[in-house]
Amino acid sequence: MKMRNVSSVWILALCVAALFMSSPADAAEQKNLILATTTSTQDSGLLDMLVPLFEKKTGYFVKTIAVGSGQAMAMGSKGEADVLLVHSPAAEKKFMAEGNGVNRKLVMHNDFIIVGPSADPAGIKGMKSAAEAFQKIAAKGAVFMSRGDNSGTHAKEKDIWKAAGINPEGQKYYQQTGLGMGQTLNVASEKRTYTLTDRGTYLSLKKNLGLNILVEGDKVLLNIYHVIDVNPAKFPKVNAPAAKAFADFMVSREVQGIIAKFGVDKYGSPLFFPDAGKPEFD
Amino acid sequence: MELIIDGIKKAILLLVTFDREVLGITWLSLKVSGLATFISLFIGISLGTGVALTRFPGRRLVVSIINTGMGVPPVVVGLLVTIFLWRNGPFGMLELLYTPTAIVIAQAVIATPIVAGFSLASIQKLPEALRLQILALGATRLQMIWMLIKEAKLPLLAAAMAGFGGVISEVGASIMVGGNIMGYTRVLTTATVMETGRGNFDVAIALGVILLMVTFCINAVLTWIQQRERPR
Repeated sequence: MKMRNVSSVWILALCVAALFMSSPADAAEQKNLILATTTSTQDSGLLDMLVPLFEKKTGYFVKTIAVGSGQAMAMGSKGEADVLLVHSPAAEKKFMAEGNGVNRKLVMHNDFIIVGPSADPAGIKGMKSAAEAFQKIAAKGAVFMSRGDNSGTHAKEKDIWKAAGINPEGQKYYQQTGLGMGQTLNVASEKRTYTLTDRGTYLSLKKNLGLNILVEGDKVLLNIYHVIDVNPAKFPKVNAPAAKAFADFMVSREVQGIIAKFGVDKYGSPLFFPDAGKPEFD
Repeated sequence: MELIIDGIKKAILLLVTFDREVLGITWLSLKVSGLATFISLFIGISLGTGVALTRFPGRRLVVSIINTGMGVPPVVVGLLVTIFLWRNGPFGMLELLYTPTAIVIAQAVIATPIVAGFSLASIQKLPEALRLQILALGATRLQMIWMLIKEAKLPLLAAAMAGFGGVISEVGASIMVGGNIMGYTRVLTTATVMETGRGNFDVAIALGVILLMVTFCINAVLTWIQQRERPR
């Protein structure tokens, strides 16, 4: 009697297990599209708006993996993603040159800004050149909080340090979080330091931050997003039709219109500016 | 401080209004972590009991490995499971990466050594004479093992609670193998990380409060079973 009890418990457990296991497998097999993208597109809420629309239109199921641009391209270069939405132009060109991607298309831009505490210990407020502002921060030894995660924002920040002729690595004023943009802004706010951020994430978090916009408008601060299909000739397992459908969707007139209006109701100004079909910035 | 109170208010509001998204996330968390705990109990108790009751060369090494496994960082498990499940990895053809099943696998891997370690310690702690006595009364070996497991019920339920608590509160592996996909693999912990990143601290705290409430209810039930007087 006792033994029968035992086995029935295990059989029940296995049945429960089988029941649970069966449900996830229902999702259509070839219908999956892995979109590797940056945290900024997710944290701003843009993808929450666009992805359901794409799914409804095409019937594909989108698996959005929001990581830094560096990690997104690393996934692409292993054939572990189908399509990328990224903002790290120099790294993207390398990605394309290595034959990992096809059909790189300009989607939209916004801009980076240098933010910092209102006390502004380095006195950079209103400066026109990002590189000069970085030089001033370094000269004063005011702490700068870096993403340090190979994201698009981090890549841009490194470009600016290079233009400023400074190698901040290992300097006392240079700290790295290794976190996403939202988290890094929180850290910078809490520790009253400077940081470089995209405007979209800053605007969406502004209410909780003690940080002000100090430098903006420099041409080097443009933040440009491209969509790239992962090369199906190099990675046969890639879902090429779905990737192409997503890229076409992102540059379609309808979606570009949505992007132009996104965030206006909440922040009074758009978070992204549509650029499909326009010439490249560089 | 205000944020925490706002968060608690928000949690209650989300629950009483039956917010679809939050309920879905909560249910998925329970389903995934419950199933992972079930699997880990099956494997962990078998493994722990087996190692506790047998003597073989290299046994100490196995025990050390199990005990080390109890402290393996979930994010390391997540990375390994990801590499195994990659399209171009050894189990790529199963197409399991970024599915709830992938989270179950990772969490089961995390919980199994915890359950095995607890089982091993609790079964081994039973007096040697008890085994001999049970066998002498004519029980088969399987019956003897079942009696021992029943005898160790208290610590074994503690093992279940530790395993479940370990995986439902775990975030590193879940976000890596699940991808935090809305309506599909988003669980309470990964949603909390995302909402924190978005600066929605009140929602993040609300999700944390819900997670605590859920874990409390599960543990209350298990504790009730554990502490209940044995029927004589």
